[in-house]
Parts: sequence; C-alpha cells; structure tokens
Amino acid sequence: MNELQYRVNLVVQVFQSALAVATGLVGLWLVFSQTDDLVGWGAPELLAVMGVHIAMGGVIQMVIEPNMAKLMDDVRRGTLDYVLTKPADSQALVSMREVRIWSFVDVVVGAIVLGVAVVNLERSVGWIDAAGFAAALLLGAIMIYCFWLILTTTAFRLVRVENILELFQGVYQAGRWPVAIYPFWLRTSLTFLVPLAFAITVPAESLTSRLTPGTFVLASSFTAALLIVTRIVWRVGLRYYSGASA
Amino acid sequence: MIAYTRMYAGWARVAILEQFQYRVANYFYMIGMVAEPVIYLVVWSTVAEQRGGAVGGFTAGDLAAYYIVWTLVRNMNIVLTPYAWEQRIKEGELVTDLLRPVHPVHRDLAYFGGWKLVVIVMWLPIAAVLTWIFRPSLDPSAAEIGLFAVALWGGFFVRFFALWALGLVTLWTTRVSALFELYFTAELLLSGRLVPLSLMPTWVQTLADFLPFQWAFQFPIETLIGRRSTAEIWLGIGMQALWTCVAIGVTAVLWRRGTRRFAAVGG
Repeated sequence: MNELQYRVNLVVQVFQSALAVATGLVGLWLVFSQTDDLVGWGAPELLAVMGVHIAMGGVIQMVIEPNMAKLMDDVRRGTLDYVLTKPADSQALVSMREVRIWSFVDVVVGAIVLGVAVVNLERSVGWIDAAGFAAALLLGAIMIYCFWLILTTTAFRLVRVENILELFQGVYQAGRWPVAIYPFWLRTSLTFLVPLAFAITVPAESLTSRLTPGTFVLASSFTAALLIVTRIVWRVGLRYYSGASA
Repeated sequence: MIAYTRMYAGWARVAILEQFQYRVANYFYMIGMVAEPVIYLVVWSTVAEQRGGAVGGFTAGDLAAYYIVWTLVRNMNIVLTPYAWEQRIKEGELVTDLLRPVHPVHRDLAYFGGWKLVVIVMWLPIAAVLTWIFRPSLDPSAAEIGLFAVALWGGFFVRFFALWALGLVTLWTTRVSALFELYFTAELLLSGRLVPLSLMPTWVQTLADFLPFQWAFQFPIETLIGRRSTAEIWLGIGMQALWTCVAIGVTAVLWRRGTRRFAAVGG
C-alpha cells in the first residue's frame, strides 16, 4: 500500500503497458500481413492468447515475483528467521507478503485485449468455455507460483534473484504464441518444465473452444502434483536453512 | 596515448576477470536472452512454411542463420543501460567520477569492451547448440567473416555511445523511464531485432534508413549471412563510423552541459 503514495508511477506503468501492447500488436500484424493463420489460429484467436499472456504476466509481477524476490533477499540476510518464528504456516506467509500494486494495470490491459479478441471471435464463447477458462487460468497461476517457489528455494545458492528474473522474463515471452508452433522438445519444456502452456495456451484454448476434457484433467492433476512437490521442496529447503546466527 | 592504452587494458582485464567469476549468472542471462530470437525464429519459420517455403525472401534456413547470428550481435551490443545513471547519481558515484582526471566514458567503454571477450567465448557453445537444432544455411567467405568482425565491433560502438548519450538525460530529469522505453521500442521495431526489415512495409524501411538503429543490429547480421555485397558492407561500416561520431558529439555536449548543471545542484 506504500506504493499508493507514488501516483506518478501509475502513469508510467500505464504508458509502459500501452507500449508493450502496441509492440505486441505490431508483431501480430506483421505475421498476419504474410499469412491468414498460424497453425490453425486466426488473428482474433492469437489476440486472445496475447490478452491472457499480458494478464497472467500482470498477476506474476504483482504477487509472485515480489514475494520471491523478498524471500531470496531474506535468505541472504538471514532475516527469514522473523517469518519462521511466527505461528502461521511459513510457506503461506512467504508467498503473500508483498504486492506490487501497479502491475494490476497489466491485468486490466490484458482483460481489455482479451475482451476485444472475444468480441471478434467467429464462434461465441459459451458458459462451459468461460468456466473452463476461469478454472484453467487459476490452475495456471498456481503452477507458475509453484515453479517460482521451487526455483527460488533451490537456486539461491547459485545465482541472484535478478538472474532468475531475467531468465524467466525471457522465457515468458514464449507464451505470447500458442505452444503448438514450437518444436516438440521446446513444447514439452514449455509445458512441464516452465508451465507456460498450462498457464496461457490452455486458458486461451478454452476460450476458443479448443480445450478437450483430457487436457483439463491433465492440467488439474499436474497442478496437484506440483503443489505436493513444492511443499516437499519447501520443507527440505527449510531444513537446510540455518538462520542468521548459525 | 600510452597511458590511455594501459588504462583501457587494465579496465578490460578487470571486466574479464570479474565476469568469468560469474559464469552461472552470465549463462542465466544469456539463456534468457536467447529465448527472444528463438521465439521470433519459430514464428517466422512457421509462417515461411505455411507460405510454401519462404517469407520476404527468407527461407527457414535463412531465418535460422539470421536469428542465430542475431544472438551474437545482441550480446555484443549490450552496453551500459541508461537506467544505470539513476543509481550513479543517487549513490554519489558520479561525484567520484567527476573528481577523476579521466572522462568516465573511457572506463565504461573499456569495461564493456573487455566483457565482450568473455561474452564471445561463452556464446560459442550456445551457437553450436542452436546450429545443431535449427540448421541455418550459413556459408560465409573468409572476407565476410573478417568484415563481420569489424561490423560487430562497429555495432557495439554505435550502441554504446547512443545509449551513453541517452543516459545523460538523467542529469536533467529523474522521470526518464518513459523516454527510455520509447527509445527501446523504436529500436526493437526499426533495427531488425524483431524481424528483418525487409519483412516490414516500405515506409518503415525508409524511416529506418534515417536512424542509427539498424547499424547496430541488422547490418552486422547481414554481413555474415551474405545478404550484402562487399561495397554495401563498406558503406555500412562507414555509416557505423558516422553514427558513432554523431553519438560521441552528442555525448560531449550533453556531458559538458549536464555536469555543469549537476555540480550547481550539488553545490
């Protein structure tokens, strides 16, 4: 909430988001000036993918990244002790301490892009599609959170958080396009290693009536599995954390 | 002159030793950066395939060559970010710099130049993997490789001085991020970074001809992938020299006025 004092940052954030959308639109326009569809996805459908990509990016920057950055910082300084001595669940605590409020602009901008895309879709979006979309979006956000927490808990010995951020933001750009365009090995990595396929392509598939029940079941079970693995990694990580005094 | 040579060698050595220590960090950075051209490459190869093999005169193999060379050129033209000036001013580093007898641009130039040697070494395995995966059609002559080496460093100089000059704007105002973002967006679209300019509409290409961006990006790439004649390459190197001189001139003027202003505020 501290950020609300700095209102000019809102203007800067809006400007940056607008610029990012404009660049994305130029990219789409260039592709569609050369072809009518990209592996079966038409222009409004790719616009929907772009909308989900921006909105999900906003969520990541608003709640996931700042918390992970703070966690890694606390581990380095030894101040994680203050969290661990609280009576509540430590994983829950470290995951919701920070909110970067201005990134909400991206969520709004993504929703607008998505709205424009949906209006232009040839097939209308049914209730089942919309429900599937909402569910897939939630599952996707949880998967990205798990991915980040696993990475933060394991990688801080090797690198600084800026390095992970740069790597993730580079790879995140791959989600702007449906994963079907990527070669097999890359598609597999973007599905199970960095779960961008589940976080972006799958919700967009639901919105464009492409989602099969099989994919949805896979997404749900993968989310469940990832949550369990994250929990284990967190526990093991804590055992190796020795605090500031040790 | 000898004093300067020794200073440059010293700073470059520091950069090399320092950056080799942070190998993992450098690799994280480079892999994150390689994602960008791989995405463009996949998208445009898909388009080329759907159009029956080529788009804007580029086959899938040509595109692979373009974007693989892209990764080296991009790594080479990473220079001091204009955002660094905010910290330099806030933390008082600039004050120390002003007390030194040597213009700080020399230290930055030597440091980033030295770092590039590390980058080139670390880039080789990445290039090998990308070549193995994407099968570029790349068959440069010895002369082209030699000219490419010149153009590669030419691109570094253009971008180094352009961004140094841009960063100096921070001496006047602290609200610089919008300006920087605008600059980087223009660069993305008009340099050949997003797509080769030949895939852009003609008016965009004309516009790009009047701007420095493509000389730090598309031009070095095209010297190696054989899309420019020897005469065109020499002309391009001349353009790089011209833009470097322009940027140095702007840097000199902004530095003189900016530091005078900065000193006035501090004193």
